[in-house]
Amino acid sequence: MTPQPPASSPQPLSSIFMRLIEFWLNHGSEFLSAILRHLALVAASVGVAVVIGVPLGVLAYRRPRLGSPLIGLANVVQTIPSLAMFGFLIPIPLIGGLGAKAALIVLILYALLPVMRTTVSGLKGIDPSIREAGLAMGMTDWQLLSQVELPLARPAILAGVRVATVVGVGTATIAGVIGAGGLGEYILRGLSSVDSIVILAGAVPAAVLALIADFALGWLEKWSEPGRQRNRRLQTGAVVLAGIAALALLIGGLLWSERSQGRIVVGSKNFTEQVILGEIMAQLIERSTSLKVQRRLNLGDTLVCETAMRAGDLDLYVEYTGTALTAIFKQPVILNSDEVKARVAASYAATGRTMLPPLGFNNTYVILVRGDDARRLGLRTISDVAKYTPGWRVGFGAAFLDREDGYRGLVSAYGLRFAETPRAMDLSLTYLALAERQVDVISGDATNGLIAKLDLFALEDDRHYFPPYHAVPVIRTETLNRHPELKIIFDRLAGVITNQEMQQMNYEADVERRDVSAIARGFFERHPQSHQPITSPQ
Amino acid sequence: MRQPVGTWLNGIVDDQSSSPPAIEFDGVTYRHPNGPLVLDDFSLAIGRGDTLALVGRSGMGKTTILKLINRLLLPNSGLVKVEGRTTSSWDAIHLRRRIGYVLQEVGLFPHMSIARNVAVVPHLEGWPQEQITRRVDELLNLVGLDPAVFRSRYPRELSGGQRQRVGVARALAVDPPILLMDEPFGSLDPLTRAEMHQEFHRIQSQVRKTIVCVTHDMGEAFALGTKLGVLAKGRLAALAPPAEIIHSDDPEVKVFLDALPKVEIRENTKQTK
Ligand SMILES: Nc1ncnc2c1ncn2[C@@H]1O[C@H](COP(=O)(O)OP(=O)(O)O)[C@@H](O)[C@H]1O
Ligand SMILES: [Mg+2]
Repeated sequence: MTPQPPASSPQPLSSIFMRLIEFWLNHGSEFLSAILRHLALVAASVGVAVVIGVPLGVLAYRRPRLGSPLIGLANVVQTIPSLAMFGFLIPIPLIGGLGAKAALIVLILYALLPVMRTTVSGLKGIDPSIREAGLAMGMTDWQLLSQVELPLARPAILAGVRVATVVGVGTATIAGVIGAGGLGEYILRGLSSVDSIVILAGAVPAAVLALIADFALGWLEKWSEPGRQRNRRLQTGAVVLAGIAALALLIGGLLWSERSQGRIVVGSKNFTEQVILGEIMAQLIERSTSLKVQRRLNLGDTLVCETAMRAGDLDLYVEYTGTALTAIFKQPVILNSDEVKARVAASYAATGRTMLPPLGFNNTYVILVRGDDARRLGLRTISDVAKYTPGWRVGFGAAFLDREDGYRGLVSAYGLRFAETPRAMDLSLTYLALAERQVDVISGDATNGLIAKLDLFALEDDRHYFPPYHAVPVIRTETLNRHPELKIIFDRLAGVITNQEMQQMNYEADVERRDVSAIARGFFERHPQSHQPITSPQ
Repeated sequence: MRQPVGTWLNGIVDDQSSSPPAIEFDGVTYRHPNGPLVLDDFSLAIGRGDTLALVGRSGMGKTTILKLINRLLLPNSGLVKVEGRTTSSWDAIHLRRRIGYVLQEVGLFPHMSIARNVAVVPHLEGWPQEQITRRVDELLNLVGLDPAVFRSRYPRELSGGQRQRVGVARALAVDPPILLMDEPFGSLDPLTRAEMHQEFHRIQSQVRKTIVCVTHDMGEAFALGTKLGVLAKGRLAALAPPAEIIHSDDPEVKVFLDALPKVEIRENTKQTK
């Protein structure tokens, strides 16, 4: 269902660089806060990993029977792909969910292993006669640890911190999928709109941050080597205190920045249309009520949104009826759109959600031909093209070719034959290939912004082969009961967005690269009646 | 225990008959975990103020004996007593702070300056800073290292012999009544070694400590020891004043005395056990 813009043609490096700079300048304060947030996530998680990991490392060293399983566990954690880990955590109460808290948990788990391991190896590397000397001088366990063992292991521990930090800068970009913010948000935004500049806008600073962290900690490692003159006693105490205070501030700040008390959390999946709809819903609430909104746009896929909603971390997002029926509620495909709506509404109601009135458009599969062919040959329905297709070339996306309810079903439903076996093409290229007469018929998404712009014509599915994918806002029933005014404002949005208007807005985002919040503002200018402030019934 | 150990020592009268020996081994058996049987029914008594020079081939268990005294090791059977109490009944920390220990491997703390190394035990004992500073300078002078030069250096900036002397200074820091020295002058040149022997006698004439000094140099053993112990096959082959040892007709001792020069050469090149 992902609307895809055309792939951008190769550009000279200098122009990429100029556009990158331009992007950063245009997003100045947002960009800066993304960097700071990214740094805060990494610093806080590595900090906590040190506070936990060093004592665990000491334990593993002193009591191998207790410690070795711990290291083994940390090893296992390390092998879990970070994307999967963020996914696992969403439904888990207290530590999981969306946002910075869950991101911190994951980042801490990843940072623990390098810190623990280097602590153990640093301690093991100490010359036994030095430890023996400490004991012979009458040091207690704690004195031996704090005055001899830890100072001698410090360069090794710092090496572990360095690894953890560099890896953390990378992993933190993936935390974008659960809405934790930071530079990953640009990368995801760029990926969902196939805009390499936006991807680079997040990836380049992330790489630079990793390099800077690597260099700075490498320097600290050298500086902390044994045998350098410093006022150790004062310094260690002060550094530890300042570090813990900074850590508490960081974590407090991160969590405070996304407190959602009393806010309506509006989400979206990770493609353009979803982000636009999420922004429209957010603005709708802000314009019509006194409620506060927290945006968690550009999350992962359907599963992420569904799990987050069930966990209570997400109040509202837009789903498609066909997707809800098959992907979320695992029911067989039904073609009658009223029946699909009824079943989905019932399934949502049974699981604590309420399906709000459909927005209007149906983002289903469509079979597209060129507008001039349609006019010249008088084509209106898919049945109409059956007699021409034996001489035509086709381009279908790979997913459409593979799916049981895609190409094969389509061919048998309409008795279609083609000049050659269909070519699997990149979905984003099929629209251009059709317009440029390389192929004559393609499959596409009904709301893709290029359909109108390239003068393509969507043939009517007269045999009702494709299941309906009507866009419906879904809200947690608990939230709706607490704020009944939401019912009123979403009723006003019912049926307002047509396929043409959705195509237009997708085009503005994908091709014209307009800002999503500006696109949403444009929407409300066109539909002033749908966002009148209402008097709160509370 | 905020009181420096040394002040306690000043009240001691050298009276061996009425008080128990400072150090006593009674039928001690010790086997290293997964290692050889080192001591077998080993007995030994060292009177207060005595200096026992312990000689024996490499691997005979000299270091093991020292570690049994300061409870770094506990015997498998038999009793090791310090000042009349078994080491297992002593609080280990308390016991070790009363016993200066010069390690065979020296074992200076590489992340601490020389001054801080020497001051380790005074620090643990919570001495005031000015007293520590004064004591450190005193000790560095004592072992022939100019405090102005060496105070703020780090162990890796010292030669082997200089490090060894710092090790001695560290062991003497709180003026402990008992001193264990494991080949303390091994890597000193003959001249410095002679100087250290003189210092040794000077310290002993002022405050008589109970000392166990392991050495592989027979000359050193004769120069320092009031008693001389020859260790062979897990037992003491002889324990007597130097003058008597020379005339001993014990075969073990004779063999040892004859073989000693060769052993000395071998041990010298090996540095550590
Ligand atoms: N930690 C240990 N584990 C096992 N065996 C050891 C250990 N330390 C010493 N030994 C063995 O115990 C014996 C006595 O060692 P040691 O007391 O160091 O001898 P010395 O100091 O007389 O050279 C040697 O055979 C040595 O190999
Ligand atoms: Mg030895």
